Amino acid sequence: MSAQFRAQLEEAIIPTVIALLIAIICGDLLIISYGQAPGPVYRMLLEGTWGNWYGFGQVLYKATTLAFTGMAIAVGLRAGLFNIGAESQIAAGGLAAAMVGIWLPAATPGIIAILVCIIAAGVMGGGVAAIPAVLKTKFGAHEVIVTIMLNFIVLAFINWLITAHLHQPESVHTATIHAGFLPRLQEFFPAFHGAAANLSILVAILVAIALWYFLFKSRSGYELRAAGLQPEAAEYSGISVHNVWMKAMILSGAIAGIGGINFVLGYEHYYEDGFATGAGFLGIAVALVGRNNPFGVLVAALLFATLSQGGLAIHAFVPKQIADVLQAIVIIAISAAVPEVRRLLLASRKRVTA
Amino acid sequence: MTSPSVTPAIRMTGIEKSYGPVHANSGASLEVMPGEIHALVGENGAGKSTLMKILGGLQAPDSGKMEVNGRDVTGWTTPDAIKAGIGIVHQHFMLVPTLTVAENIVLGMEPTKSGLFDGDAANAAVEKLGRDTGLIIAPKRKVADLSVGEAQRVEILKVLFRGAKILILDEPTAVLSPPEVKELWAVMRRMRDNGGTIVLITHRLDEVMDLTDVITVMRAGKTVGKLVTRNTTPAEIAKEMVGREVVLSARDKMKSGVSAPVKTAARASAGLELRNVVVTDPLRGRVVDNVSFMVAPGEILGIAGVEGNGQTELIEAIAGLRKLVSGTISIDGKDVSYFDVAHRREVGLTHIPEDRHRRGLVLDYSVANNLVLGVQNRFSSGGVLNERKIGDYSAKQVAAYDIRPPISAAYARGFSGGNQQKIVLAREMGHGFTVLLASQPTRGVDVGAIEFIHAQLLAARGEGKAILLVSAELNEVMALSDRIAVMYRGQFAAVVDAATATTEQLGEYMIGAKKESVA
Amino acid sequence: MRKLLIVTGVLLLVHVALLFAHPKGIAGNGKPNAAHVGIVLDIGGLGDKSFNDGAWRGADSAIKLLGTNVSLIEPGEGADRESGLRLFAAEKMALVMGVGFAFSDDLTRLAKEYPQNSFAGIDFSLATDAAGNTIAPPPNLAALKFREEEGSFLVGALAALVGKSKKIGFVGGMEIPLIYKFEAGFRAGVKAVCSDCTVIAQYAGVTPEAFKNPSKGKELALSQYQQGANVIYHVSGGTGQGVFEAARITGKWAIGVDVDQYAEAPGHVLTSMVKHVDNATFNAISDVTNHSFKGGVYSLGLKEKGVDYVYDANNKAMIPDSVHTKLEQLRQDIIDGRIKVPSMR
Repeated sequence: MSAQFRAQLEEAIIPTVIALLIAIICGDLLIISYGQAPGPVYRMLLEGTWGNWYGFGQVLYKATTLAFTGMAIAVGLRAGLFNIGAESQIAAGGLAAAMVGIWLPAATPGIIAILVCIIAAGVMGGGVAAIPAVLKTKFGAHEVIVTIMLNFIVLAFINWLITAHLHQPESVHTATIHAGFLPRLQEFFPAFHGAAANLSILVAILVAIALWYFLFKSRSGYELRAAGLQPEAAEYSGISVHNVWMKAMILSGAIAGIGGINFVLGYEHYYEDGFATGAGFLGIAVALVGRNNPFGVLVAALLFATLSQGGLAIHAFVPKQIADVLQAIVIIAISAAVPEVRRLLLASRKRVTA
Repeated sequence: MTSPSVTPAIRMTGIEKSYGPVHANSGASLEVMPGEIHALVGENGAGKSTLMKILGGLQAPDSGKMEVNGRDVTGWTTPDAIKAGIGIVHQHFMLVPTLTVAENIVLGMEPTKSGLFDGDAANAAVEKLGRDTGLIIAPKRKVADLSVGEAQRVEILKVLFRGAKILILDEPTAVLSPPEVKELWAVMRRMRDNGGTIVLITHRLDEVMDLTDVITVMRAGKTVGKLVTRNTTPAEIAKEMVGREVVLSARDKMKSGVSAPVKTAARASAGLELRNVVVTDPLRGRVVDNVSFMVAPGEILGIAGVEGNGQTELIEAIAGLRKLVSGTISIDGKDVSYFDVAHRREVGLTHIPEDRHRRGLVLDYSVANNLVLGVQNRFSSGGVLNERKIGDYSAKQVAAYDIRPPISAAYARGFSGGNQQKIVLAREMGHGFTVLLASQPTRGVDVGAIEFIHAQLLAARGEGKAILLVSAELNEVMALSDRIAVMYRGQFAAVVDAATATTEQLGEYMIGAKKESVA
Repeated sequence: MRKLLIVTGVLLLVHVALLFAHPKGIAGNGKPNAAHVGIVLDIGGLGDKSFNDGAWRGADSAIKLLGTNVSLIEPGEGADRESGLRLFAAEKMALVMGVGFAFSDDLTRLAKEYPQNSFAGIDFSLATDAAGNTIAPPPNLAALKFREEEGSFLVGALAALVGKSKKIGFVGGMEIPLIYKFEAGFRAGVKAVCSDCTVIAQYAGVTPEAFKNPSKGKELALSQYQQGANVIYHVSGGTGQGVFEAARITGKWAIGVDVDQYAEAPGHVLTSMVKHVDNATFNAISDVTNHSFKGGVYSLGLKEKGVDYVYDANNKAMIPDSVHTKLEQLRQDIIDGRIKVPSMR
């Protein structure tokens, strides 16, 4: 066993396993307290997710949305920014994709329509994120507060747009797009029949690869991480930290915005109010558990998607609240086991003046 | 003086401690008698800090035994250690900047009146403690407003407030001006005379000679010697620390003619020139007040002065980290007043910052990544980093600057202070430049590294670089500089020829007792 | 390292031990061989004192009276609605129900995919084609719709008859066509008995938040009482809590909606316009149990006892017999088609 692997094991893997076990035991106790046997409930949870193609397809669908918001938050954190606004950025991105998809003629070649919709979603998400970016770099407003407030404003505005102007009768969704359809996985693997999973997952994986390359191989990524780890050192070395923050926040918003295509282009083919409720916030947990690494985020997204879909599968046996509590325990336990989070917690204890 | 009938205050034997593959302590020992000032010396990375962390209960030893006042306390916890009267004053302060002095000192054991925080009682307690120890400081001031020296006083008071009888000070003078050091010594002597026990971790052999009774020397995790101060010499201590003979003063080297000053005063437009530079701070007003000077190629201009007289702001203004209110800065005759940091670097400015933890290094970047910080453009093409080029360059610099351990992939955080400073040096001096700003280049660095850094600065001077040196160490400024400027309240109180300057003369300028009209 | 592994092992042991725990399980809630029905509630879930609770009451009666097995899912996000329906459909449940208009598209799609199963949607909204004509649901899907305007008509008439004021209040939640239906019926009911009465109609907002903003509800209600209204009809979900509180403070009257809301402010709730989601749910389950289930659009109004107003021991004292007689006469007129209640403002 190499020393490095050993260190990895000790620092990252075993604590995560322990955290999961603690969460599972808490789940055991909850389920028993409700009067059910934990064994069958966990079995249902697994069968409903990884045990059949439909469940697995649903897991992939949910993981795709979470991967986008998780990566968005991760890239922000890498630059030292806490983007709480993914919740509204994904909604804005989804709306933009839907509007463009409706506006495009049905005859538009598929690949072009898809690209145009994705770009629209990214531009929209990035545009929403540009507001906190400008307020932070020009006026020093804290991005956490601005993004939280912006969530209310943007979501309310979109809701008004939908309910007052864009909705179909007796619904809270827009008309169906004419072009930009992303095929579902069932088109290629019939076993996925009915599952919402679609080719957006491929987009997510491509974004993850590109993001990883950007963060760890490119000069801009190097500068971004330096600005995130130690803004004063970055500034001293000649990196324009404000510039980096500006770009990172917009990039973060753009990735979140593109997340909107999962529902709009790949699943229902219209924008529905609240289609990604909670994805922006759960994305924070996904980013932390994924250790702000794009591939780590993909894995973490799968984990949280499994919990979410599995929770649905066990509803028939235990109340919804038990699944929710279980998910919260997993978030807390794993987050506390992630080295970055531990360091954050420690760092906040010893702010130094020197 | 170690009579067997007296129980040692601290006794640690055979201490072993490893962090993964790194043996921080292997066979470390320490014996401190009550009522003595005991120096713990050694190069950076010799294991002093680890040994003290073990004593303070922050870490458990892998093996070995420790006793405090004769009681076996091996592997105790921090609260145990505090209860037993062990107080550690860390090199990096752990204070809450937004709270007052008194609030910081009583934090964790606040006096209360009917369940509420009793601010008056806290202030009174702190004032009394200050009078008793000589560490006078206004209890109601905000910590954020304190100077470094004052903040350190607060740290020491904090530990004493918790009833510390055995005080451990980790490099306490690294950040202090000479008068502040003097004050601190008086306080420590008084504490010893009142029966307190003090362990002083330091690099400065003059302090060791001046103040301490007994010296324990560590090298590479081991305790290699125990010396009685009055029977030893600095050269002997240094030899124990490094394991070989050391030239203690750079000036000796200069005098021996290794590198004679290059006098090129004729090239008026070259080097670094400042004209009527003014920098203001929102809280403190004009921190750099109409400063003009020139550093010629092949010259070292040293800036002496008590910290907080504008040296930091002056250097930051030249580096491009602070805006000028008025005045001009030129490098090699080119006006760079409105250039940003990156642009000034391109013109030929390089900068060893005073705080390597905050500015000089990205602590969670590898050595290799730190070595290209600021010059990442030169190590990338088409926006993509050239990892092979970075790796090769890093390997070369690590060897050239003797960075230990020589692992390019290791995080800068894990290196000792001296080796961290070598990383900064390797980066800042590792490529072409014409002007070097060296701010506190040897702060918190061990004897061996100081020797190395001084040699590098002198070599750069020999190559015709213009060097602006700021140091809180008057000896260093005097040893390296061709001319010395003394900064006082944002202005140059005097600029003198280093060859004729004396400590007394400079000291008077430093405390503002004397002022020369500067041309 | 060793410590960590030991901790891991101990935790694993605890977990395995807990797996052996076999508490008295809660098995199916009906008879072993009876039909199995799956209901997916809307976001909001049980305890909303409205739709979801109504559906559960209907299901509960079915469990007790017919011995049906009922499984419930409370979705957490939009995409879970289809997923929940699919989970039930995949289990080949006899009837899969979705509670709320948001299920309409999902139900239509699933009904086509699983032609052997029966589906039902509460408050189902019918899709329209390009020409604006409604599209009929698949034959195995029952679209259960309510004519809320008819119930609203009756409580409008009641408000005008007992309010002793020419002004009558209306507090809506979110501004959407669904709520306009209530307002239209209410206005028509007021006019039918008092031609010179005016209705002050206000809405709490344009977002779904408007259904959970009691302070806004209170503010609107107080201002309407101030303007002289003695009765306010609220169609605003949780926002109505504020309307009831305003009624309590001013000592005036409010009218509840969806379910009997008398308990929210006893003595100040004149009546409630109830939607019998419970009846609709029970009937659908009962049809499936009796193998008489038929798809199609079910429009449930006064005639079908899909909507009604509350008249019981609690509020009898507030409604004079003559008024009650008048209301019953209006009900008959509507049922017989003599009165046409508008569903558009």
